[in-house]
Amino acid sequence: MTATAHDPTRVALDAIRARAFAFPKRHFLSAGDLNAPQAADLLDLAEAFVAFNRQTSKSLDLLKGRTLMNLFFENSTRTQSSFEIAGKRLGADVVNMSPRTSSITKGETLIDTAVTLNAMRPDLLVVRHGSSGAASLLSQKVSGHVINAGDGQHEHPTQAVLDALSIRRAFGRVSGLTVAICGDVLHSRVARSNVSLLHTLGASVRLVGPATLMPAQAERWGVTVHHDMKSGLAGADVVMMLRLQLERMQGGFVPSTREYFRFYGLDREKLSRAAPGAKVMHPGPMNRGVEIDSDVADDPAVSLIQDQVEMGVAARMAVLTSLAARLEADQ
Amino acid sequence: MNSPQPLAFTNARLVDPESGYDGPGGVIVSEGVIADVAKGREFGKLGKGVRVVDCGGALLAPGLIDLRVKTGEPGAETKETLASAARAAAAGGVTSIVVQPDTDPAIDDPSVVDFILRRARDIDSARILCAGAATKGLKGEQMAEIGLMREAGCVYITDADRPIVDSKVFQRILTYAKGFDALLAHRPMDMWLARGGAAIGGEFAGRLGLPSISPMAERIMLERDIALLEATGGRLLVDQITSAGALETLARGKARGLRLSASVSINHLSFNELDIGDYRSFAKLTPPLRGEDDRQALIEALASGLIDIVVSAHAPAPAEDKRLPFDEATPGAIGVETLLPALLSLYHDERLPLVDLIRAVTLAPAELLGLRGGRIAPGAPADLVLCDIDAPIIVDAAKLLSKSKNSPFDGRRLQGQVLMTLVDGRVVHRAEG
Repeated sequence: MTATAHDPTRVALDAIRARAFAFPKRHFLSAGDLNAPQAADLLDLAEAFVAFNRQTSKSLDLLKGRTLMNLFFENSTRTQSSFEIAGKRLGADVVNMSPRTSSITKGETLIDTAVTLNAMRPDLLVVRHGSSGAASLLSQKVSGHVINAGDGQHEHPTQAVLDALSIRRAFGRVSGLTVAICGDVLHSRVARSNVSLLHTLGASVRLVGPATLMPAQAERWGVTVHHDMKSGLAGADVVMMLRLQLERMQGGFVPSTREYFRFYGLDREKLSRAAPGAKVMHPGPMNRGVEIDSDVADDPAVSLIQDQVEMGVAARMAVLTSLAARLEADQ
Repeated sequence: MNSPQPLAFTNARLVDPESGYDGPGGVIVSEGVIADVAKGREFGKLGKGVRVVDCGGALLAPGLIDLRVKTGEPGAETKETLASAARAAAAGGVTSIVVQPDTDPAIDDPSVVDFILRRARDIDSARILCAGAATKGLKGEQMAEIGLMREAGCVYITDADRPIVDSKVFQRILTYAKGFDALLAHRPMDMWLARGGAAIGGEFAGRLGLPSISPMAERIMLERDIALLEATGGRLLVDQITSAGALETLARGKARGLRLSASVSINHLSFNELDIGDYRSFAKLTPPLRGEDDRQALIEALASGLIDIVVSAHAPAPAEDKRLPFDEATPGAIGVETLLPALLSLYHDERLPLVDLIRAVTLAPAELLGLRGGRIAPGAPADLVLCDIDAPIIVDAAKLLSKSKNSPFDGRRLQGQVLMTLVDGRVVHRAEG
């Protein structure tokens, strides 16, 4: 990279270097892996990447020579692209693998796959899998550092980081805010990671949704549980909608999407219960007219949905950078 | 290892569940049976040629009878063969095992019963008995040849892990089996409530994001089973009860004087749902592990006699079936070799008297199946276990004799070293060193 001392790219890079730190754990499997200062450090680093990503030149060499493997057993164009862009901007060699459609898993167990991939010596492995705990299982068998990009119904920790970053940028803080996470909590790894990280950062969290889509004894997660949007959204600063996981439903969690939207879909009327200046979030992809009204989703005055996508790249760059620093420290 | 001469076991802590005796004593074994028993006294002058084994105060008890052992034979011998299961059993002080019918082919036909029992005759490390399927192909639809399988030697009928969901079929089996005095063992589980689940529903499964099974699934099916038992007057063994709610149902059924008994697996007495920990698939069982309140209720029920029998629920699964994401992993754990030391934990924790624990794995299953073993009495088969119940052990799954090593007890510290196991008076296992 060629740059002068007054080059904005250099300024952004200096900010990144000043905030860089070694990730506290070998792998990033759960939002609970971070304590409050570590989470704040990660958000600060991600913030520096936001500034950098807005430069014309987006090429860095912080991960030069490192191999980043995107291992997606489950399709996700959005998350995979986000990690791919993050890795490439950091100068890593990025390889995308989709074992479901390649020969690598024919008759193989996940462990066999891990051993095979391990022989290719990736430094960072981004794993998405349809089973809860799969990323954890893989992390026990590989020498590279594993990032959980979504495991079954369990966790999606980088989503929680990008969500926290989006909230912090919108409100200047996370602590003290009230966040209502609404919809299909039962099947949502996004919800589980967010409950954990938002608590760590000092927010109070509510879960809102029909009782059939609420995990058993969810109130023991330190949240309040609401089955009524009016009470659930009352005074909330952030309304985080979840995708209604239609593909996961084996039948009859809700009677119809029509009824679901009537009681749990976010529209202007329901949003009016939230605090003045409340922001709306959604991890995407959205089922418009099912869990969210386009009128709300597309309103830049309230919607952070596009910011979330942008923050996704920055947050993942922060995670990758700090894990690479950890990798260097370990070596 | 076989000993044709009479053997005298002296200086033992003798436990006989039939008489309720727990005290010093000894046993003389001759020609495959118990020839003499000394309780609280010494034998007189022993005859010429009698070999004496000084037990040094170790426990001498009837060999264990394990009503629920899966093997891979026939069909999946890489998991476990009848011979490897029997060797593991002997090492654990288990002298009789009942093979489950969910093999390939299933034991749903008298010729398969005959095959198992013929194979068993060549295996002398443990007695191998077998259960027959209750329905053809374990499909829960058509009744299997219960009478012919009884005649061929199966000791009870069951569809093993698969609940018989069709109530009419279940009712007919109970009714028909009565004519042969055949015992039906049934694992109560409402399959609709259990559909797709990998762990018991609750806060822990919710946190881990595991698809869960409603805690009510067992109780609801047991309510049905008992109602139909009442109507038919058959014989029912509730296979592996796991929940406090179902125990209440069981107690009501027993209070009505039905021919009803219940078993619990050693796993459900030893572990709770938290042992799943970080998706530890070796703790993935069927039925799934319950909460601690349920585990405590099970121990209380065993102590009160509401639960009659403890089983190992031995279910071998090779690493490739276990080292998978939790919800994809095959459920089940091996256990025949660790059954006794794991059970002894309840004695060391002062939860149950030793004689009651021993009864649950010896006399109670023997009486249920009409076997002569399970007791220390002259004329009973000399199926015995000698065990240093205080000796500390650390379970090392790799060293267990089963072909599969899927033990949730791996690494666990227990007390109870099996020193010697005898079947028909033959020494079939002796501890090293």
